Amino acid sequence: MATRLRLLDDAAWVSVNDDRAAGASEVWPVADSFCACPLAWLAVEAFVEVGADGRRVDARATGHCVTCGEAGTTSWLPVGRVTDDGFSTATGVRRSRQGSPTSACRTEP
Amino acid sequence: MATDVERWKDEVYGNDIREHLFRFAEEGWDAIPEDEHDEWFERFKWWGLYHQRKGQESYFMMRIGTPNGVLEPGQLRTVAEVADEYARGPVDNPEFGAAYCDWTTRQSIQLHWIKLEDIPDIFEKLEADGLSTQQACGDSWRNIVGCPVAGKDTHEHIDAWPVAEELHETFKGNDEHSNLPRKWKVSVTGCDQGCGQGDINDLAFEPAEKHGELGFNVRIGGGLARKEPRFARDVDVWVPEEKVVDIADAATRLFHDHGDRDNRFNARIKFLVDEWGAEKVRRVLDEEYADWDLETAGEDLRDQYTYNAGGDEHGDHVGVHEQPDGNYYVGLNVLVGRQGVDDVIELADLADEYGSGEARLTQRQNIIVTDVPESDLDDFLAEDLLEDYSPDPHPFMRGSIACTGTEFCSLSIVETKNRQVRYARWLKENVDVPDGVTDFHIHLSGCTASCAQPQIADVSLRGMKTRKDGEPVEALDVGLGGGLGEHPQFADWVEMRVAADEVPGYIQNLLAAFDEQREGEETFREFVAARDEDALGDLADPEETDYEDPYMHNTKMTWYPYADEDDLDASPAPTDGDGETISADD
Repeated sequence: MATRLRLLDDAAWVSVNDDRAAGASEVWPVADSFCACPLAWLAVEAFVEVGADGRRVDARATGHCVTCGEAGTTSWLPVGRVTDDGFSTATGVRRSRQGSPTSACRTEP
Repeated sequence: MATDVERWKDEVYGNDIREHLFRFAEEGWDAIPEDEHDEWFERFKWWGLYHQRKGQESYFMMRIGTPNGVLEPGQLRTVAEVADEYARGPVDNPEFGAAYCDWTTRQSIQLHWIKLEDIPDIFEKLEADGLSTQQACGDSWRNIVGCPVAGKDTHEHIDAWPVAEELHETFKGNDEHSNLPRKWKVSVTGCDQGCGQGDINDLAFEPAEKHGELGFNVRIGGGLARKEPRFARDVDVWVPEEKVVDIADAATRLFHDHGDRDNRFNARIKFLVDEWGAEKVRRVLDEEYADWDLETAGEDLRDQYTYNAGGDEHGDHVGVHEQPDGNYYVGLNVLVGRQGVDDVIELADLADEYGSGEARLTQRQNIIVTDVPESDLDDFLAEDLLEDYSPDPHPFMRGSIACTGTEFCSLSIVETKNRQVRYARWLKENVDVPDGVTDFHIHLSGCTASCAQPQIADVSLRGMKTRKDGEPVEALDVGLGGGLGEHPQFADWVEMRVAADEVPGYIQNLLAAFDEQREGEETFREFVAARDEDALGDLADPEETDYEDPYMHNTKMTWYPYADEDDLDASPAPTDGDGETISADD
């Protein structure tokens, strides 16, 4: 079944199947190279794209690292997974995926 | 490719949404199909209803549009009664109680915790008294703003109230203009002080003279949102008063046809004016949309503008002011624009007793009681309520504006209103006001949407995050030196990601530096303008003080930041029409 993905309200939040999956103000631990910190702590200010591969939902976010202040746009990071019971939000350190999701929605729908 | 929002709007939008809204209200929250939540919540905005943020599902913010901020006799009481009966949530706000009214920076009213099931009764009560939520949000003509004392102002050249009223009557509920590419904000100024704030609106009418006749110059493409602030551009058009509706119609149709419907980030007309330039906007208006030959701009009054102009100014409408008819209007300071309902009801009583019963909302979140006879002024000013809503407030109380923030809003990054209340009180108690400063604007916006209009404040505060003592905490970017007037200026952002509990200390240090380094009578805005970015950055440092901030944690990750049990999992939402939790198994 197709997953409905949207960015709404000036891309302040990610809608997955008409439910709020992630939003501005969240702070995500991000591995990889968002900034020079060994582990970036990304304060999400807005989203740029959301996409899915099967049940996995990823997004690119704009924000800044609360440790060093570096601002920018991330590569694709996990938001969570669609499960039979709804949506399961990603927890722990987020690592960027290789390549782009097969279905993506850029900016607001 | 059409966006989902445009597709939803093509299917059902505008006035037609109402019958669906009422059907859902009658059948209850569960009647909205789960796979249609996004589209219906997007549509409901057109009727002034914003679905509150995560953790508050099934509750709505309701915005009532009051053109030019005018509340006719009786309407203030109606609003208070609606708030009292319907705008009560599961938990009280520690500063404002169980029910309250928000006066907004666009002269509208916002109520929270509205339940879907109550909406038909609320609409009936509001509409019976001439009030409406129609087009208060959504992609349409929004509430028309202007000089809040239009028609009662000694500085007035044209009475802007009938102009705003005619625009309101023409474009509200007008099916031809109900589906625009994005919001459309209009301002009408009639005075020589510039208090309509036209510069930050999509379409602005400003008084100007041509052929010895007073009419309006037209400006297009202002707005503050998304780190892309623009002042409205002069499109070199003057219209007489009787042509205002015609040029507004032409400009709206131009936006309807040429606004970017493929990318909502690029849809506001400010971006079209960026792309085309003011000259092309004028040419297209003239050749394709106006059915008369447009006149070039007349002689405006901008060199006289004093409103938020940074000097010994008319920075708001607070205080006692004589009207042309010999009566007085009394502008009352409402800290961060929020009043508990008991106070609003008492104010409605006082407006009846001492004035005509009319009240007006300003673009600085304050409220004005009009038509007070001179003989009643002293008694009115002696009323106890005016101790809390003073016509002569302390500068830090007077200048404080805050948006809704994470208490209810999906967009915000930080808590705002209660924090700004605490800031203002602390500053009042602890910071010396520099000589000659009667009005010092501090605007706190929770995000880049800029609902608190931070870019046009002396001190601009915008929601962010930082790390402190190893923990992520709420923080604010700080800008300085914004304002309007003949030469409007957006604030320079000089300190980034200041931990929220260090902002009062920063402002204290900043004002000490201003007091020490200013030259003579130099105003704060002149002081900022005279310094480059590095010098501004060196002016002051953030500092911890005895100010205590109870909202440093991530308030957005609570279901309600003031609840004793504030975890998202503790949320009672969604609830039914009685406020009872709807079980997922139902």
